[in-house]
Amino acid sequence: MIRVNNLNKSFNGKPVLSNISVSFEPGKTNLIIGRSGSGKTVLLKSIVGLHDIDDGEVWYDDVLFNKLDFRGKKEIRKEMGMLFQGSALFDSLTVEQNVRFPLDMFTDKSDEEKRDRVNFCLKRVNILNANNLLPSELSGGMKKRVAIARAIALNPKYLFCDEPNSGLDPLTAILIDDLIKEITEEYAMTTIVNTHDMNSVMKIGEKIIFLSDGIKCWEGNNKEILSSDNNTLNDFVFANALARQLRITLSQNKPGN
Amino acid sequence: MLRFLTQLGSYFLLLKKVFSKPEKPSVYYKQTMHEMVFLGLNSVGIITVISFFMGAVITLQTAYNTENPIYPTYLIGLGCRDSILLEFSSTITALILAGKVGSNIASEIGTMRVTEQIDALEIMGVNSASYLILPKIIATLLFNPVLTLISISVGIFGGWIAGTSAGVITSEDYVYGIQYAFIPYYVTYAIIKTLFFAFIITSVSAFQGYNVEGGSLEVGRASTKAVVFSSVLILLFNVILTQLLLS
Repeated sequence: MIRVNNLNKSFNGKPVLSNISVSFEPGKTNLIIGRSGSGKTVLLKSIVGLHDIDDGEVWYDDVLFNKLDFRGKKEIRKEMGMLFQGSALFDSLTVEQNVRFPLDMFTDKSDEEKRDRVNFCLKRVNILNANNLLPSELSGGMKKRVAIARAIALNPKYLFCDEPNSGLDPLTAILIDDLIKEITEEYAMTTIVNTHDMNSVMKIGEKIIFLSDGIKCWEGNNKEILSSDNNTLNDFVFANALARQLRITLSQNKPGN
Repeated sequence: MLRFLTQLGSYFLLLKKVFSKPEKPSVYYKQTMHEMVFLGLNSVGIITVISFFMGAVITLQTAYNTENPIYPTYLIGLGCRDSILLEFSSTITALILAGKVGSNIASEIGTMRVTEQIDALEIMGVNSASYLILPKIIATLLFNPVLTLISISVGIFGGWIAGTSAGVITSEDYVYGIQYAFIPYYVTYAIIKTLFFAFIITSVSAFQGYNVEGGSLEVGRASTKAVVFSSVLILLFNVILTQLLLS
């Protein structure tokens, strides 16, 4: 489990996150949603320690992560996997070398064991016969899947995904969502996904927190989100034309109308 | 002034991170070998071409400036040898490498920064500064002296070809000149300077790339800064080292 208590973060004196408290449960897909610039990525990067927080606490199970030194953080980070918005695959390495990288760095497995693990991870994300391709030769969806394969290579306890669907067509986005949900359940990981894609919210949002201007405005799940009275949340959820129509239909069907 | 001190502090903090204990020496060894090919071996061509013509021009200019019967012609060979040994093969080669290797290092690391590849390394628990920069520093420290020795040899050879082809000196006089009053310490001096310059080029360029914030425009700026700062520091340390080593 990951817990965040009273987290504050500012850049050059400008507050970006104010007093965020939330817990993320293991075996569930936890979503951080909000408009662009609401502080989702800053929160995610603060949780993983890529940003130093101004004050507050970030707990990984019973370890106070943000007070650890570099070596202490390193130990926790070996249990993390992260999927970045732009995939962040290493340009100069092939698909196989990318997935193999954490195994080379942190395990003493034999070459054969590493190769087996790489092939298992690539098969798990449905990437076949692409071991020797460079990231520049892959499509956007394939890059995301290879990045997921790399993230799960060391069997992490925590998986972080920063806008995994950005730049993907709706069908590929659904595939990536399904994959994240399946992997989370399969390995009982604590997964945190940053997104503003409502398809993802409705499909995999087992726990959702909504950020607006750096403040946590709402917490719930995908079953509760459509019936919320929070106006800021509703403006976000029903932002597109189809959703607006749904909102009208829902309000017309409310008892008493 | 404050900005300069902040940058200087950040540079030394980065170096502290770079020289911390590597996670897995075998991975660093492979990376160092790769960098020796990429940064060192791939520079042999340009160093050879430039050194050849540098030696040729030095010989011809020395010849035209010493056209006097009281000067023995073998002095042309001697002048060419000492110019190449003392200055050209270490300093000019370093300035060329600052342009070629320095901009390459800054843009490579800078691009990794803006595309979150460095963040990906950090998330895995890898000391990104050490993993990315230490093999480059070791590779250039090991290989740049080889480049300097190649430059010295090719430069002197270029001088011989140019001098004899232009008819300004005979082959025997040139060979006598390059052997005359030879001080072996000059080679050591050139190597010591090369080691300092190699460290400056790699560490300063890596610092510029590692601290890029923004996008492709900033990567380009970092690359330019890497070349400018490395070149200025090379010239500054050239004066300091010359005074320290030859006085």
